[in-house]
Amino acid sequence: MKEIYITDYNCVTPLGFDVKSNWKALVEGKSGIALHKVIDNNDAFFVSKIDSEKLDIEFKKNFENQNFTRLEKMFLLSLKPLVERHSISDETAFILSTTKGNISLLKNETALPEGVYLSKLAQKLADFFGFKTKPIVVSNACVSGVMAISVAKNMIQAEKYKDAFVVAGDEISEFVISGFNSFQAIGSEPCKPYDKNRNGINLGEATAAAYITSTPSANEKLKFKVLGDSAINDANHISGPSRTGDGLFASVQNAMKEAKVSAEQIDFISAHGTATLYNDEMEAIAFNRMDLQNVPLNSMKGYYGHCLGASGLLESIISMESALNNTLIPSKNFEEMGVSQDLNIIKENQSAEIRYILKTASGFGGCNAAIVLEKS
Amino acid sequence: MKKTDICTIENSKIILNEQIIFESTTENFSDFAKEAYKTLELNYPKFHKMDNLSKLAFLASEMILKNDDHSKTGLVFANKSSSLDTDFKYQESINSQENYFPSPAVFVYTLPNICVGEISIKHKMQTENAFFVLDEFDEEFLNSYAAQILQSGKAEKVLCGWVELYQESYKAFVYLLTT
Repeated sequence: MKEIYITDYNCVTPLGFDVKSNWKALVEGKSGIALHKVIDNNDAFFVSKIDSEKLDIEFKKNFENQNFTRLEKMFLLSLKPLVERHSISDETAFILSTTKGNISLLKNETALPEGVYLSKLAQKLADFFGFKTKPIVVSNACVSGVMAISVAKNMIQAEKYKDAFVVAGDEISEFVISGFNSFQAIGSEPCKPYDKNRNGINLGEATAAAYITSTPSANEKLKFKVLGDSAINDANHISGPSRTGDGLFASVQNAMKEAKVSAEQIDFISAHGTATLYNDEMEAIAFNRMDLQNVPLNSMKGYYGHCLGASGLLESIISMESALNNTLIPSKNFEEMGVSQDLNIIKENQSAEIRYILKTASGFGGCNAAIVLEKS
Repeated sequence: MKKTDICTIENSKIILNEQIIFESTTENFSDFAKEAYKTLELNYPKFHKMDNLSKLAFLASEMILKNDDHSKTGLVFANKSSSLDTDFKYQESINSQENYFPSPAVFVYTLPNICVGEISIKHKMQTENAFFVLDEFDEEFLNSYAAQILQSGKAEKVLCGWVELYQESYKAFVYLLTT
């Protein structure tokens, strides 16, 4: 089987419009989460939101045509440096991960605007950069961003493509905020994954992009092998996490089996950690079943909130950046253990040799996903 | 890879392996789905809570999966309109300040992969799942993805499906692949 590598990446978040500025902010313990008024006649919510003015200024610096939605601008900004550094051939895949795309366009409409179709959004971005193959949209709720990497790996291994540009994104919208609020899932303060006093999620927005190839050049600045992947359903409930962690356990088990990596070899887990009681508990159970309870682990939700379709890819990128900088960053806002099983939650910046990374995610519909990455 | 069973649902008809299993004169999808559920004696009350996309995917999958063991059958589904049918209904519930009634029972269906979750729950399939949104049905793409799952040993069979629905326009084409 062909070996698959991630050799480049970028991200656009409230903490910065490139990886370097994001990493600097994270090491300093900064968070994008703040109170924002998202819905008229509703109280403000804690969300991690990109400043629209800053986004517009950055976009104008980089692009002539301004005829794009806010989310599209975020996508284009994250893709641009990658497209400049890697060429697009007729065997290059374009993979987009999103849950809701341009859903904000639906407000007060009586018929569907074209832009709300995820395939139209993908085609618009693909045409802008001149991709030649048909875009692939991965839409598996909150695991989409992790799965987008798996899809690139699997489709390159299936010899359908030689390389792939993967981009993931979702924005803060009234649609999504009102929905999670109706579930009473939104926290009344900055989220505290795995903490005893956690009381729910913060939503966030971001875009992230990665370049994935089977033929890396000799002098890549970074190179991570995608060793294994899996995405197993809980088959339990469409909106509630499994009590047993079955789906996440099986996803991690399959991904590690394919990667031929044992629990002792995993150096770091970038977990999902949404800060809802049931999610965090489910993860703790699944990781313990895999004997991964002693591996340093964090959730990035305290920095970026839950960016839905962007989360998995953004958090994978930050994990790789962690490995390159030999630095583990803490699970922000965690103070006191709030799950019933042991987990080795990172509390402060610490230096570490990181070779094998496990990235996981779980989401609505009972879906879970796991990938194993190796620094090489 | 062999395609062993094929189920198509369109124009108020359910066709399994070229045989009409159920047909109705009603053109409305909700009524058609309810009639099919009753006539085919599916006996799964959760069906009534599902949104139309899930009902469509569920009906087509039921015809193929039956009561067989599917503990090693993966699911690879796709469509064009994602969950826009339910998205539109949900958006209507939050459009006006006066009639602002977001419902969690509706919101949960504003993701296309929920239909795959429904099928997984019915058949206790703790297996590989994927949902793609594509501009048009691309069997070759679904088959390549399924083939990769089969070759890597992550599943022994894969139920593939194109499940497209927006308001009264719908089509399901679901089939089982084995090695």
